Amino acid sequence: MAAIEQESEQLTLGRLWSDKRYRAVITQILVVAGVFMLVAYLAVNAVQNLEALGKTFGFEFLQAPASYDINQTLIPYNSRDTHFRAAVVGLLNTGLIAITGCIFATILGFIMGVLRLSSNWLVNRIVYCYIEFTRNVPVLVQILLWHGVIVTTLGVPRNALSPMEGVYLTNRGFYVPRPVFEDGFGLVVIVFLAAIVGMIVFSRWAKKHQEETGQIYPVFSIGVGAIIGLPLVAFFIAGMPMSFDTPELKGFNFQGGMVLKPEFTALWFALSVYTAAFIAEIVRAGIQAVSHGQTEASYALGIKPNWTMRLIIIPQALRVIVPPLTSQYLNLTKNSSLAIAIGYMDIVATLGGITLNQTGKEMESMMIVLMIYLTISLLISAFMNWYNRRIALVER
Amino acid sequence: MAETTQTYEPGTHPDLPPPLATTGALGWIKKNLFGSPSSIVLTVVSVYLLYLILPNALNWALFDAVFNAGSRAECRELGSGACWGLANVRFSQFIYGFYPEHLRWRVNLTAVLFFLAILPILWDRTPYRQQWFIYSAVFPIIGYFLLVGGLGLEPVETTKIGGFTLNVVIGVTGIVASLPLGILLALGRRSQMPIVRTLCVMFIEFIRGVPLITLLFVASTMLNYFLPPGTTFDLILRVLIMVTIFSAAYIAEVVRGGLQAIPKGQYEAADAMGLRYWQSMRLIVLPQALKISIPGIVNTFVGLFKDTTLVVIIGLVDVLGVGRAALSDAKWQGLAWEVYVFIAILFFICCFSMARYSLYLENKLHTGHKR
Repeated sequence: MAAIEQESEQLTLGRLWSDKRYRAVITQILVVAGVFMLVAYLAVNAVQNLEALGKTFGFEFLQAPASYDINQTLIPYNSRDTHFRAAVVGLLNTGLIAITGCIFATILGFIMGVLRLSSNWLVNRIVYCYIEFTRNVPVLVQILLWHGVIVTTLGVPRNALSPMEGVYLTNRGFYVPRPVFEDGFGLVVIVFLAAIVGMIVFSRWAKKHQEETGQIYPVFSIGVGAIIGLPLVAFFIAGMPMSFDTPELKGFNFQGGMVLKPEFTALWFALSVYTAAFIAEIVRAGIQAVSHGQTEASYALGIKPNWTMRLIIIPQALRVIVPPLTSQYLNLTKNSSLAIAIGYMDIVATLGGITLNQTGKEMESMMIVLMIYLTISLLISAFMNWYNRRIALVER
Repeated sequence: MAETTQTYEPGTHPDLPPPLATTGALGWIKKNLFGSPSSIVLTVVSVYLLYLILPNALNWALFDAVFNAGSRAECRELGSGACWGLANVRFSQFIYGFYPEHLRWRVNLTAVLFFLAILPILWDRTPYRQQWFIYSAVFPIIGYFLLVGGLGLEPVETTKIGGFTLNVVIGVTGIVASLPLGILLALGRRSQMPIVRTLCVMFIEFIRGVPLITLLFVASTMLNYFLPPGTTFDLILRVLIMVTIFSAAYIAEVVRGGLQAIPKGQYEAADAMGLRYWQSMRLIVLPQALKISIPGIVNTFVGLFKDTTLVVIIGLVDVLGVGRAALSDAKWQGLAWEVYVFIAILFFICCFSMARYSLYLENKLHTGHKR
């Protein structure tokens, strides 16, 4: 007992600081206290300021009529709908640009990355110029440039540029024929879905079969053939149940067809091209990271060059490619918020822009917008982490 | 045929020149442009694409372009190409914004002093490097007074700072101010203390998870709510705070990469020497970690510098703002190509040279730590 008492007696102020363990605890208590005080200070200020302005904190404003129009909507919307619905429309527009942008950027980026490694000097240099020019110019400038080009260079609908029958490029948007689905098209969709499910089952079986017997089936070409070919056959059997609604010039504008607004087109194109340049560099680095010995070993085993690429190089390169690729997808999604500069109505332009200005609910609107982006970021990185774990190297 | 046949004793045959098609220009072309069937196709396609694009682009940008003109109508009379008259007439506005004309020498002087300040950081063989660093550390104060005024210099309102100057000011201040904060966050993220670590991770991930433009909106619309009632401060200062916080999160991740690359033995050796935490960080770990982080920091800076154009969305008149103002001028309406291509070239020159520098550093630094 005496010894313990002595111990605790010696626990003086000086010792609290010089002992590493106590110091860690004290530091953390101080940090927590500091952060808490900062937050409290900010919150008190905010409450006082809001009171002084006669504002209340709450989300009721979302139920009020929005009374502004949105020029491109994925779900029915008119200006009498609520702010909440306007925000959902904006969120869907963000999603649209993010998904279509990521798809195009991935395709373009992979092609460019592979071409960058081409032994053909000319192609190599052209791709290098493309990558350096797009990477080193702010994406906002590129968005404004393409938007400006569409709006100022292309003519009014009367003088539309028509590269092919039924497609009209104007400064009000790109008009393209809209497919109209008639009775019986359901069969094509069902066959298409069935083909996808069938291919997934087939590829699993083929992989198992390969592991057991070493026999390889051309899963990829069979898959592409089945997924495209079978619905095509069904399409003809059903008697081609599809027609096109082509746009026609009536008065000052086109009627019918489908329109891609200049804002959407410019944003989509600029974001994809910009991100593709980064993806190309990632792909190049990924392929280069696979040691040359792997290729040589594969050739030594008598594996054909294109199989070497598919079975040896790409699976290993993907491990290097996927993590930075994720952050490029995230960047593209975050950069889509620049839509506001050209008037594409995404979540920032609706909720964080017009709704914010109309209702004066800065705090609430910005909180929702920040939370939405945070959720998207965390979801994408969670998905990619899962995928990454799946393909990661399993070491001994 | 028989008369050409000649026999040689083994080892006496004179050296023949290599086949014509394997050396020189011809060999190079054969190898690099027509090496395989797919390569031939690629060459043909790219030559065709270049043929389509290059002459038009050159004619537009150079041969048919008009460099001296007072308005768009005048341009169209003189030539069918680009109307660079716009960039020419408004050049000083693109660079200085609305900074008072008789004080623009101060911006130029700041730029020169700035290059002198970063010289010892970028070039490790600067003479008297150590002493020079003192000047680098003092430079931000000098730069501030030169740009904003005070201390006997005529004061300039911060709203007058604009054009490309504003982009550079925001970018440089952002990166310089965020370095210490970023280093602290990186150390916090690698700390043994769970609460400190969690707070740092939350902060970094939050900032990295949201777009810069939303943070700028926060700065422009709601930052004032969190300050004591009655205080208002400058939009540029608010933007600088947000940009600093934003880039600190990115710098933190770069520095964390550097910290992780330092072998564990260095940490242990510092502990074995009896150094305290801050001593070991300051004397052993950080000098090495920061050295290998410089390329990453430069890349972050390139990214941040490009992102400074976003301030145009919240109403500051940076180079893009000047460009948009020019476009809405009746005299120059419709010259989107010229304005944005000019701005793009401006940024390209800066960012590309920084990217090259960072690449050069990366190659130079590869020696010490690559095993």
